[in-house]
Amino acid sequence: MSRTGTDRELADRVALEAAIGRLADEIAAALGGAGPVFLAGIPTRGVSLAARLATRLERRGVACRRGAVDISMYRDDLGLREGVSALQGTDLPMDIDHWDVILVDDVQHTGRTARAAIEAVLAFGRPRRILYAVLVDRGGRELPVRPDFIGINLPVGPGRRVRVRLAETDDGAEGVYES
Amino acid sequence: MKWTRKDLVALSDLSAEEISFVLDTASEFKDVGRRRLKKVPSLRGKTMVNLFVEASTRTRTSFELAGVRLSADVVNIAAQTSSLSKGETLKDTAKNLEALAADLIVLRHSAAGAAHFLAGRLRAGVINAGDGSHEHPTQGLLDVFTIRERLGRVAGVKVGIVGDIRFSRVARSNLQALVKLGARVTLIGPPTLVPREFERLGAVITHSLDDVLGDLDVINLLRIQHERQKAGFFPGTGEYAALFGLNAARAGRLKPEALVMHPGPIHRGVELDGSVADGPHSVILDQVTNGLAVRMAVLYLCGSVPPKEEA
Repeated sequence: MSRTGTDRELADRVALEAAIGRLADEIAAALGGAGPVFLAGIPTRGVSLAARLATRLERRGVACRRGAVDISMYRDDLGLREGVSALQGTDLPMDIDHWDVILVDDVQHTGRTARAAIEAVLAFGRPRRILYAVLVDRGGRELPVRPDFIGINLPVGPGRRVRVRLAETDDGAEGVYES
Repeated sequence: MKWTRKDLVALSDLSAEEISFVLDTASEFKDVGRRRLKKVPSLRGKTMVNLFVEASTRTRTSFELAGVRLSADVVNIAAQTSSLSKGETLKDTAKNLEALAADLIVLRHSAAGAAHFLAGRLRAGVINAGDGSHEHPTQGLLDVFTIRERLGRVAGVKVGIVGDIRFSRVARSNLQALVKLGARVTLIGPPTLVPREFERLGAVITHSLDDVLGDLDVINLLRIQHERQKAGFFPGTGEYAALFGLNAARAGRLKPEALVMHPGPIHRGVELDGSVADGPHSVILDQVTNGLAVRMAVLYLCGSVPPKEEA
């Protein structure tokens, strides 16, 4: 995942922070301030984002727990990719029934990741609701899966890559980049 | 790293990094076994054939359950019911399975090298479930997994493997994995069953269990096969048990945290006493549980690698 000279900045650190704040506001409003809610980050950056969101939601009076949902075993393109990546770990509550679970990811593109994540969560039980939050919606859906909460819309043509850089996981300035 | 092998033939082929990668993957699959829904869709639509030319119940069942938990369609073929008993060659049998769109073939065979032979000739992934006296890679992996899980590390751990080393694929696969991950391996048994050649693979050899017992972190007792006794490799099970059996008195001299392992099936009173098999040192049933997780990991990894274009 090395940066190349062709990276173009789509949003800087300030815009990224504002997008996370917007996500927290939208989620708090949708939940009516109640909770508790379980934030299930999709590795790698979704997990970091879930942590940041949890801090902001707690500040707004929403009780949160958080964990991770690795979608590797639920992908629909196994056998089509060169080489199999390491599994990243799933950390969901065993008593997931009656929770509101929010899937958290950095970039929404085809919708295939969200579909796989929904299936992974359902292996643990029957949550009351599953909601879906993304920091960036870049467009290009291939499945009828739509985020409930979007931090920032940055439509980008097919064949391009959109990457979020976060201090927790990446080198270089935080922001959203296209390559 | 990324996993790029469609086959698992022998642990001698794998780097330390690849072995650790499989163990890490197996950890995640062990967690899957604790979920309400213990099945994942990874191999949905794929066909896995258990081709067991040499009889086996526990390994075959473990592979079968692993395939089912990964949502593969699993077919079992035993030697007695296959065309191999009518004189068909192994390659023809396998080619026929491939013509039926088998994606993975799990092979148990009495000939060393059988899995290697098929792996090079098929588009399908080939998993070695034991080939003669050569290797039993998933057994080696599950034993190392169990050690790592229980003791928190493999490097520096002192492992004794006791018994029929000469003919044991379990010993060979264990030795490969353990040495690569930095364990210190001692092979223990009568000179007829523990040949000196194994020193070249990085093991220390001794013919006295009592000399090393108190120093071991892990003692892995291999099954003694009666055919070996008939062939004169040791005088009798009574004498074998007296010298190399882990009885209650010997178990009392183990380190408090030492692990007792056995690949099964156990001959109680020969390799170890029943009280030891059921006692606090024993991790024998952990090995069974971990075997399922390790086999899921291996099938997931090899089954997710695109097939070779033309063999």
